[in-house]
Amino acid sequence: MNLLSRRKLINQIALTLSMLAMAFGLFWLAWILYTVLHLGLAGLSLDIFTKMTPPPGAADGGLLNALAGSGLLVVVSTLVGTPLGILVGVYLAEYGRTSWLGNTTRYVNDLLLSAPSIVIGLFVWIVVVSRMGTYSGWAGILALSLIMIPVVVRTTENMLQLVPNTLREAAYALGAPKRKVIMSVTLRAAKSGVVTGLLLAIARIAGETAPLLFTALSNPFWSVDLGKPIANLPVTINSFAMSPFVEWQQIAWAGVLVMTACVLTLNVIARIFFRQEQSH
Amino acid sequence: MKVVLERDTTVSGAALAPDFSLVLDNQTRSASSMSGGKRDLGDVAFTWLVRGVAVFVLLVLLGIIVALVLASLPTIKTLGVSFLTTAEWNPPMNRYGALIPIYGTLVTSLIALVIAVPVSFGIALFLTELSPVWLRRPLGTAIELLAAIPSIVYGMWGLLIFAPIFAEYGQPFIAATLGKIPYIGLLFSGPALGIGLLTAGIILAIMIIPFIASVMRDVFAITPPMLKESAYGLGCTTWEVVWNVVLPHSKVGVVGGVMLGLGRALGETMAVTFVIGNTNFLSSPSLFMPGNSITSAVANEFAEASTGLHTSALMELSLLLFVITLIVLVISKKLLARLSRNEGERS
Repeated sequence: MNLLSRRKLINQIALTLSMLAMAFGLFWLAWILYTVLHLGLAGLSLDIFTKMTPPPGAADGGLLNALAGSGLLVVVSTLVGTPLGILVGVYLAEYGRTSWLGNTTRYVNDLLLSAPSIVIGLFVWIVVVSRMGTYSGWAGILALSLIMIPVVVRTTENMLQLVPNTLREAAYALGAPKRKVIMSVTLRAAKSGVVTGLLLAIARIAGETAPLLFTALSNPFWSVDLGKPIANLPVTINSFAMSPFVEWQQIAWAGVLVMTACVLTLNVIARIFFRQEQSH
Repeated sequence: MKVVLERDTTVSGAALAPDFSLVLDNQTRSASSMSGGKRDLGDVAFTWLVRGVAVFVLLVLLGIIVALVLASLPTIKTLGVSFLTTAEWNPPMNRYGALIPIYGTLVTSLIALVIAVPVSFGIALFLTELSPVWLRRPLGTAIELLAAIPSIVYGMWGLLIFAPIFAEYGQPFIAATLGKIPYIGLLFSGPALGIGLLTAGIILAIMIIPFIASVMRDVFAITPPMLKESAYGLGCTTWEVVWNVVLPHSKVGVVGGVMLGLGRALGETMAVTFVIGNTNFLSSPSLFMPGNSITSAVANEFAEASTGLHTSALMELSLLLFVITLIVLVISKKLLARLSRNEGERS
């Protein structure tokens, strides 16, 4: 075989392998989504949204308290995490681009962004749960907010940096103080990007399980009292999936379907929203 | 006035924008201090507000480390170094040796890298060089969605769907092929249980592929087209261009992406807890065997940890995990930063 055809052959093999790698990645996505849809739909019924989690021994039940608890945790965490995250992002992009504090915060934020969520859960356990002597919704919210903030910070800063300086100059030239410039000009210009980051952050905390095991725990009854352990979807799925009862496993699969659908929809909406705003 | 002059010289200079805004900053600051010597009070308050919140982020990281160290002090004091060098984990007897969870964490992450790195490379190559342009975005998004699936879903799927199929078809096949190689074969021997270190590693691989692949795709994409075109002009095949031009140019970033994936794999909890088998006894080197990882040990045992020492041992495990992850992430950031700095110098 001469050199040229050998090189062409190697090229062919490499490119085929590359295509196979792509297929390999898509294969797992398809398999997991198929499983979730197939088993989730089998377990899905109106009961899931209207009945409480079944007590030990009972077979039929739903996920009402877990869904409500999860919703509450995610909403309150978002309300706590969003302003804090955006403010830090504003600081990094508008005040501390080159300062010592800015650079350090940026660095630490990137570390927190990839820090294992289980460690954040344990941290909250140490500072809140072990002090208060009880697992509580507030502890769960603190953990979820701490996971959310770095995501919001990163996207907010990136988006603010994309805002052209001419906009800032124009506002300054009109005599606006810096906070006005930020609030009504730069943040508004970066709105779509910031919202995208928010949606991705919500999607991330909606599926978090490990930190909630040590903070919010779970609750078999209806409760929206954030001072007490609160039922939530991920922890309920976790315990039901491990249970020996087929009915409970079915409920867990239905929960997985609901959770995955929410998370993936948020992701897709975030992407589409961002792309549309960008193309304007 | 100076602002306007500067503006004219940097009409298209997006890269110069940060410096430029600083100039502007000083201008406004001096202007406001000249006009009566006091700045807008609301502005001062806002500055301190954002600065305070930024400090809060720093304090969180510091707080995590301090809290974990304090919580693991009892084990550090009573067990010392033996915590890291013994393999007996026996809560009823109050004996804690962390070797098995540490081994599990490292081995599963290593398996994940061995699988995920070549696959991610293939995916990045496909997305940057091979795929028709209209397919790039949907395919890239599909791979990124793998990262969006909650880890507990991976766990349930892994335990209830993947593990039985893997035990029936995958493991016997691996035992019959890789298991026949001398020495290496030992790693792939024993009963096909479905769950175990290898299964955990495979599922971790699927979970970190999107992270590594998207970094690789991004660093491949910033290779100057001029370099690639010159290579194509010399008659290189696509593979030769990627292997000899694109990869050397972006290798620092590629390693940074791999480290990022490793950081994810080390800290992954739920998926691993479901499939690793959760046992603190390890009798053979086989990867088919169940084991334990730092995260799964903590997730499983924390709720029933009653004695102070047990909780403290789990805290020390997490501290260890946190420190390892931070080191990996720092290396990753350093490499990625070096790549973008080189990029800045060249352009």
